Amino acid sequence: MSPSVPLQEMIRAIRSARTQCEERGVIQRECAAIRAQFRQVDNGARSHNLAKLLYVHMLGYPAHFGQMECVRMIASPRYSEKRVGYLGAMMLLDEKQDASLLITNSIKNDLSHSNQYIQSLALCTLACMGSAEMCRDLAPEIDRLLRASNSYIKKKAALCAVHIVRKVQDLGELFVPAARSLLTEKNHGVLHGAVVLITELCENNPETLERFRKTVPDLVQIMKSLVISGYSPEHDVAGISDPFLQVRILRLLRILGRNNEAASEAMNDLLAQVATNTDSTKTVGNAVLYETVLTVLDIKSESGLRVLAVNILGRFLLNNDRNIRYIAMTSLQKIVGTDHIAVQRHRGTIVDCLKDQDASVKRRALELSLALVSASNIRSMMKELLLFLSSCPLELRAQAASGIFNAAERYAPSQRWHIDTILHVLTTAGGDVRDETVPNLIQLITNTSELHCYTVHKLYRALLTDISQQSLVQVACWCIGEYGDLLLRGECQETEPVQVTEDNILDALEVVLQSHMSSPATRGFALTATMKLSTRITDNVDRIRSIVSIYGSCIDVELQQRAVEYNALFKKYDHMRAAVLERMPVIEKNSPGHTNGESAGEALKEVQPAKVKQGDSLLPQQPANQVCDLLDLLGSSDEHLQLRPAQGSTAPSLPSNTASTAGGDLLDLLGGFEPTPPAPAPQVPTLTVYDKGGVTLTLSCEKQSNSGLIVTLTASNSTDSDISGFTLQAAVPKSVQLHMKAPSGDFLPARGAAKVTQMVVLNNPNKVNLKMRIRISHGTQGSAFQDTVQIDSFPGLSVPGQ
Amino acid sequence: MMRFLLLFSRQGKLRLQKWFMPMSEREKKKIIRDMTTMVLARQPRTCNFLHWKDLKIIYKRYASLYFCLAVESQENELLALEIIHRYVELLDKYFGNVCELDIIFNFEKAYFILDEFLMGGEIQETSKQIVNRSIEASDMLQEGDNSEWYEVELFG
Repeated sequence: MSPSVPLQEMIRAIRSARTQCEERGVIQRECAAIRAQFRQVDNGARSHNLAKLLYVHMLGYPAHFGQMECVRMIASPRYSEKRVGYLGAMMLLDEKQDASLLITNSIKNDLSHSNQYIQSLALCTLACMGSAEMCRDLAPEIDRLLRASNSYIKKKAALCAVHIVRKVQDLGELFVPAARSLLTEKNHGVLHGAVVLITELCENNPETLERFRKTVPDLVQIMKSLVISGYSPEHDVAGISDPFLQVRILRLLRILGRNNEAASEAMNDLLAQVATNTDSTKTVGNAVLYETVLTVLDIKSESGLRVLAVNILGRFLLNNDRNIRYIAMTSLQKIVGTDHIAVQRHRGTIVDCLKDQDASVKRRALELSLALVSASNIRSMMKELLLFLSSCPLELRAQAASGIFNAAERYAPSQRWHIDTILHVLTTAGGDVRDETVPNLIQLITNTSELHCYTVHKLYRALLTDISQQSLVQVACWCIGEYGDLLLRGECQETEPVQVTEDNILDALEVVLQSHMSSPATRGFALTATMKLSTRITDNVDRIRSIVSIYGSCIDVELQQRAVEYNALFKKYDHMRAAVLERMPVIEKNSPGHTNGESAGEALKEVQPAKVKQGDSLLPQQPANQVCDLLDLLGSSDEHLQLRPAQGSTAPSLPSNTASTAGGDLLDLLGGFEPTPPAPAPQVPTLTVYDKGGVTLTLSCEKQSNSGLIVTLTASNSTDSDISGFTLQAAVPKSVQLHMKAPSGDFLPARGAAKVTQMVVLNNPNKVNLKMRIRISHGTQGSAFQDTVQIDSFPGLSVPGQ
Repeated sequence: MMRFLLLFSRQGKLRLQKWFMPMSEREKKKIIRDMTTMVLARQPRTCNFLHWKDLKIIYKRYASLYFCLAVESQENELLALEIIHRYVELLDKYFGNVCELDIIFNFEKAYFILDEFLMGGEIQETSKQIVNRSIEASDMLQEGDNSEWYEVELFG
């Protein structure tokens, strides 16, 4: 017999509205009627009106004008009105509303009402939306109810106490004695509430937790009676007696047994019993088993019990129900660090789960598989992971790719395997890999010089098949540009020989350049590679020239700049082209985090725009790698620099000039050659800074302004053979700016027949201690030579003082 | 503890919302939107657990209604499925073969039943019979309250 007919009529009317607009109309009319009714004196239909308003609220319409009505209804003596009033309070009021304070008094009165159902309404509302002030106010009352009432009220009071403790931590102390005594109750509802309350108190306060450790035997007893006792129809769920209570007790035992040998010892037998006796055919049994496993793994259990727990998880993995497989994997994930060997036993099942239909299960299986990779199983695991990568859902690909890279890096059995694996990932999921994969791979390739031929062949073939994966294309272009000569040679030990002509290679690169699929960065790679090939191939240099000149009018500014500069390289500086485009040196491995690279990269941005970018500086990560060596050298000595008294010198930005392989001198190319600076004036003192292997470097400096200094470096060669490709690179402390002028040349004839001079302009606005490191490099008869010298004091500069 | 319980239809219409933590109206609306989108997008034979922010979402479909329960990360998901099932059983017992329309037209009863089963984000009573008896007694009290109070004793 439902009294709320008017409510149901309204609901019917709203549901029969065919459009949103019609519905809104109906609701507006009803709300107006409700508002009018609220203003009237008590008319016996108040609860219906509020119920209607609550329905409207659930549909998403504003109902705040009902808040005061809730307050009034709660204060009514009629149960039906109180009931709806409290429901409205729980739905419309929360602790942030002012009106909620007004019901505190009503709740207080109702808590001591003679009728338990009215008491229960008050308790329920307090537990739902009681603010901190209300909780403080009513806590003693709740404590009283916890001790002296019937079980119906006691169980509700216990959960109310839980809410109070959550809101106001300090009040926890108040409920400890009552909570303790509630454990002796027989009523399951009360017992459950008591366990929840004790759990909350223990989590709240570690001292309370110590005190409640004494209850472990009691809890064990209660659990035992639940597990062993006969069929109890009132609490039975599919053969398990009160699984809700069992799970709660197990959770409390977990908290009490954590990090405590004695408590863990006391619950050992019980846990073993539950783990073996619980029926696991239905979900509810598995819920209890799951909680048991979590408890066993979290406390200080003995190893036999732990193995039992992991085996239960292993059984879960084979369960038909995918929910159970999922939670098994989440649990295994948590313990793979601590019980690694135990989890490894189930590796086969976990890897099989990679093929599961469910995306959540797949994700868990992926994380777990990556955690289980080790040096012994890397080959088989990688096969599975690569198979997974080719068919995995899109949202998992980035994670899978980076996981595979990490695993490959840590456990690669051979370089070739490593390169193969990375190439495989790039071909399958190249679009989802992180940005640093490209420079990492390039670095890996340059480091394995014996595989250059093999790598470039593989990459070339991959390029021919598919140019959509940007990372792969970038690496391929770089390698072809770098090792194109190996590609042309045709034979390669590790892979079948294939005849590749120069035209083929240039065709491939041109396809990349012209394709709409290539990103601007990729096209940059391709253009540079094309340019590099000009020194590695013999017949088609004209073709390269024409490609390069076409891109001189490209819309993309980056490509245009590169093309123009390469053109200049062809036209005006052809004699330097070989040196500029020669083989890259082996790149030093950066520490993870690439801190050096980043700082150098940022500094590079300050470079005056009109600088020629050489082969390596085009790959912004490359010069960072190179520069960082120099910066690294300086960075460590920065501290020393501060200790010394500051010297009054200045220098423009440093890394700009060091970002080149063999052409620090070319950095000023577009600015035109400066006339060779005259030999330093006799009155300026000269210092010999380097004298090794027949190469001598002298330095002289001249103060220019308050913070400016011009340093002139003069090199001469006293050996019997000529030195060609002679270059100097310089690095200075961070705040000092450096600007290297073009050197007079790069050829040092034998027996000091001629010298090479280079001017360096320094600007030291912060007046830090001026130091300079100079790297000397030259290529005599094809072998590269490099050496570094540090200059700590500059002749002619005023010493300590200013 | 449980954070919220939502019931919504296959079209995303909300049929019941119970919040166990205080939240602003805007937050509630956003959560409802997120939940309905996430749960309705799930394929039929996938597992019933989801991760959303720092909460675990357990959902189950009964006929045309989705029951969506959000719990904190230390809760037992399998037990949460049992909680949802228990609530459905209680509704079924009360309404007799419950269907979505019952919950639409008698939403306040659905709330009353929920308030006898769960409270403050925790389970209140683990026995089906006791919950049913409490609801019956409260209903009788409501009917009789036009004339006089009935004192109803609950056994146990």
